[in-house]
Amino acid sequence: MSQHTAPDQTETLPDTLPDIGGPAQPLVVCRDLKKHFPIHGGILGRQVATVHAVDGVSFEVRKGETLGVVGESGCGKSTTARLLIGLIAPDEGKIIFDGQQLGEEMSLRELRRGIQMVFQDSYASLNPRLTVEDSIAFGPRINGLDDPRGRAREMMNRVGLEPARFAGRYPHEMSGGQRQRVNIARALAMSPRLVVLDEAVSALDKSVEAQVLNLLNDLRRDLGLTYVFISHDLNVVRYISDRVLVMYLGEVVEVGPVDEVYAAQAHPYTASLFAAMPSMDPDHRTTVPPLSGDPPNPIDPPTGCRFHTRCRYAEDVCASAKPLLRPFGDSTEHCAACHIHDPESGHSLAGSGFLPKGTPQ
Amino acid sequence: MTALLEFDRLNVTFKGERTVYAINDLSLKLEQGEMLVLLGESGSGKSVTLKTLLRLLPPARTQISGGIKVNGTDIMTLSGRSLQDYRGGDVSMVFQEPALALDPVYRIGDQISEAVRRKKRVSREEARNVALDMLRRVRIPSPERRMMNFPHELSGGMRQRVMIALALACRPRLLLADEPTTALDATVQIQILLLLRELQKEFGMGVIFVTHDIGVAVEISDRIAVMYAGQIIEEGSTHEVINDAHHPYTRGLLAANLHDVERGERLEAIPGVPPSLEEKPKACSFAPRCPNAMPECRDKLPPVIEIGARRRVACFLAQQAVAAE
Amino acid sequence: MAVAEIELARTPKRRGYWAGVLHRVSGDPVAMVCFVVLMALILSAIFASWLPLQDPYKASMIARLKPIGTEGHLLGTDEQGRDMLARLIYGGRLTLLIGLMPVVVAFFIGSALGIVAGYAGGRTNTIIMRTVDVFFAFPSVLLAIAISGALGAGIVNSLVSLSIVFIPPITRVAESVTSGVRSADYIEAARASGGNALTVMRVHVIGNVLGPIFVYASSLTSVCMILAAGLSFLGVGVKPPEPEWGLMLNTLRSAIYMNPWVAALPGLMIFITSLCLNLLSDGLRSAMNVKD
Repeated sequence: MSQHTAPDQTETLPDTLPDIGGPAQPLVVCRDLKKHFPIHGGILGRQVATVHAVDGVSFEVRKGETLGVVGESGCGKSTTARLLIGLIAPDEGKIIFDGQQLGEEMSLRELRRGIQMVFQDSYASLNPRLTVEDSIAFGPRINGLDDPRGRAREMMNRVGLEPARFAGRYPHEMSGGQRQRVNIARALAMSPRLVVLDEAVSALDKSVEAQVLNLLNDLRRDLGLTYVFISHDLNVVRYISDRVLVMYLGEVVEVGPVDEVYAAQAHPYTASLFAAMPSMDPDHRTTVPPLSGDPPNPIDPPTGCRFHTRCRYAEDVCASAKPLLRPFGDSTEHCAACHIHDPESGHSLAGSGFLPKGTPQ
Repeated sequence: MTALLEFDRLNVTFKGERTVYAINDLSLKLEQGEMLVLLGESGSGKSVTLKTLLRLLPPARTQISGGIKVNGTDIMTLSGRSLQDYRGGDVSMVFQEPALALDPVYRIGDQISEAVRRKKRVSREEARNVALDMLRRVRIPSPERRMMNFPHELSGGMRQRVMIALALACRPRLLLADEPTTALDATVQIQILLLLRELQKEFGMGVIFVTHDIGVAVEISDRIAVMYAGQIIEEGSTHEVINDAHHPYTRGLLAANLHDVERGERLEAIPGVPPSLEEKPKACSFAPRCPNAMPECRDKLPPVIEIGARRRVACFLAQQAVAAE
Repeated sequence: MAVAEIELARTPKRRGYWAGVLHRVSGDPVAMVCFVVLMALILSAIFASWLPLQDPYKASMIARLKPIGTEGHLLGTDEQGRDMLARLIYGGRLTLLIGLMPVVVAFFIGSALGIVAGYAGGRTNTIIMRTVDVFFAFPSVLLAIAISGALGAGIVNSLVSLSIVFIPPITRVAESVTSGVRSADYIEAARASGGNALTVMRVHVIGNVLGPIFVYASSLTSVCMILAAGLSFLGVGVKPPEPEWGLMLNTLRSAIYMNPWVAALPGLMIFITSLCLNLLSDGLRSAMNVKD
């Protein structure tokens, strides 16, 4: 439909925040983020419990990469996304954007210019009373960027929606795939450097999902964007990500380059998650469920390793001591938080180079 | 033996502000004890098919033509008492959202035993035992205690197990499952799929399982029927459809699953969106999106080609291939 | 981008939101009939002086309680021999005024309070909503009578007391609609774009909540008319000899055995007006539902 720019020639959107730290500096560093939500109950509305939504999460997003985040419901991936774009404030921890710490060298307002988000539900995330053009132009307009309308049309072109046909439409007059393109255009209209995609393709039909994934890849390459891609679909994450971060009950259990993690999962939870993927081979169907029961509630999570209640390799040490993220095998990039990979932990399999299996043998 | 279910040129049209031709000339046969997956994307008519089968569509706004036989009985003639006995007795359904399908103000034990008492006219005590037995069969831990729980006190996976227990309590011959695992996490989804597979063997019932997820279809089905724009465009055993897909749409769906795509490589996406079905299809509905479309695809309805035993494809390409042999 | 968008046989109507609502309402026969009846009532009340009517205040001892269809008095006369047709049409002025004005006033104040409470949440919400709850403790009729009684009889005082009565329910509805909208993803997206509370409320909240609040408020106008009539009936509203439907109903009640049809006329007018208002707001409600 439109001509391609050469892959290595990236352009920058107007008014993008300048690159300060150079390519070696991570675009975002999160240190020890914590977010607990109180639950009030009883007649007096006293706090009766705490949801440990995000509990000491540290990770970095490198410039130009796509970081995939996977995990099940209650693992804190959506809360992490909301912390990252400053929609909610962390209870503890730091967010450092291109070397500048949020709240110190950088204001929330500036952060939002640098990081934008695309939500899962394409319909709910668009104001039903605004035309597509007005929705996209809203951000640039209130941030005082020049020519919000022109910017909106330019972005519509970029995401493959002809402005002449779509600018005046309302969300309910479009298909799910088209609406998700509008959401992407809205995020890009702020000229962000990082786009957080929170299950952005999960609600789309498979055939439309592929179109949007192609679009996301094109945009990243053409505009030099960085993505944080949150999804529960491991196939999609493998396809689009450079590195993958696995979360369980508000903690990071494993992180590493996508190919390494997909080749060998260091953490028993990651292994089970992979084993739970449908096999796509009618002759070798799954016969034993990799895990039993549902993921526990992030209210009052288990002590020690949070996965020990469902882990088939769990021993006493797992219930008492919390494992730390440490490099796995020879890789410097691939880390996991499991006592099996810590020779000093006291776990009977520790230091033996044991690789956890997803399904019981 | 009569087929468990037979659709004969079923047409469902919704009248209203807009007319929607939801199901167009759908024919399908399900033998006793088979597990069939209806695979399709949103708007393909798979849920409407299930609702038609349960006679749940509002009669005032719906036009239904064609025959639907369950165990040889034409269900369109049922009414009153016999319709009630049919629903929940011969045929029952598992929904996508157990949180919405279970009554929040009744304990789960009471919900199941009530259903059993209504259908089977047994004593309260017997119904309770059936309920307890069902909870055990769906592998709910400590079922005696769980009988006393309200739906909101259970996790998503447990609720779906209860929903399955409720649906199977009256021993239906045919179970309809409408995306029962879509709202669940991956590790829970596979548990429910395996459970359904076991229960189907145990009870010997026929199952129609509706999903949009090919991976789920592969895990659970004996046979797959692919739906597009209210028609079945390809049908065959799971093995045949997955390993030897004939219809370009089925092939596109398989490619879009990203199962064996190189990282970052450009995807062979099916362009465009499904038709809105405001007119009755006069040509191949997939032609506007089809990479192999020929002029005749846009002119007339594609023929249904039988390319094997209980294996069919609705496509001109398949016709050519058969003619060439 | 290289992705081809194939648009399939769906041509959306190019219309603004409110134009679409108008279009859908105008296609609803019930709502349109009600609209025509209401317009006829309102217009005849406004232009009553120009219509060929008798003097609504002119009493006549000899022409008392004439039945419907009497020569010169199409709808008969009341207990003082005044022409009913003239009094009903002139009475529409006051009745409609005190039926609509309080709701309009309450709509603005109540929406403002409710939107602020719903969007701000937390302590602001608690303060506003608990204050509003205090008013809910009294039945609306009693509250209106109490306030009117304290302020004294008169049209202005009735307007004030009725406005106060209708602020709490509108605030309630506004608050619940707003808190529903506030948790929507598009509000989060707007906040993530850097919008401050005022901008987000102006651009994204108000447009989405005013519709439902308006529909609710319009259904209150009939209640308001009935309450106003009740106030007049009890003698704390409009004073005789002003023509007003509620008051007329009151004074004619003694004639119910002598000439029941004439005595029922003011009640019939109240009934028709409130029925039309309710049906029209029902029509609006379904026309405003964009998802089909």
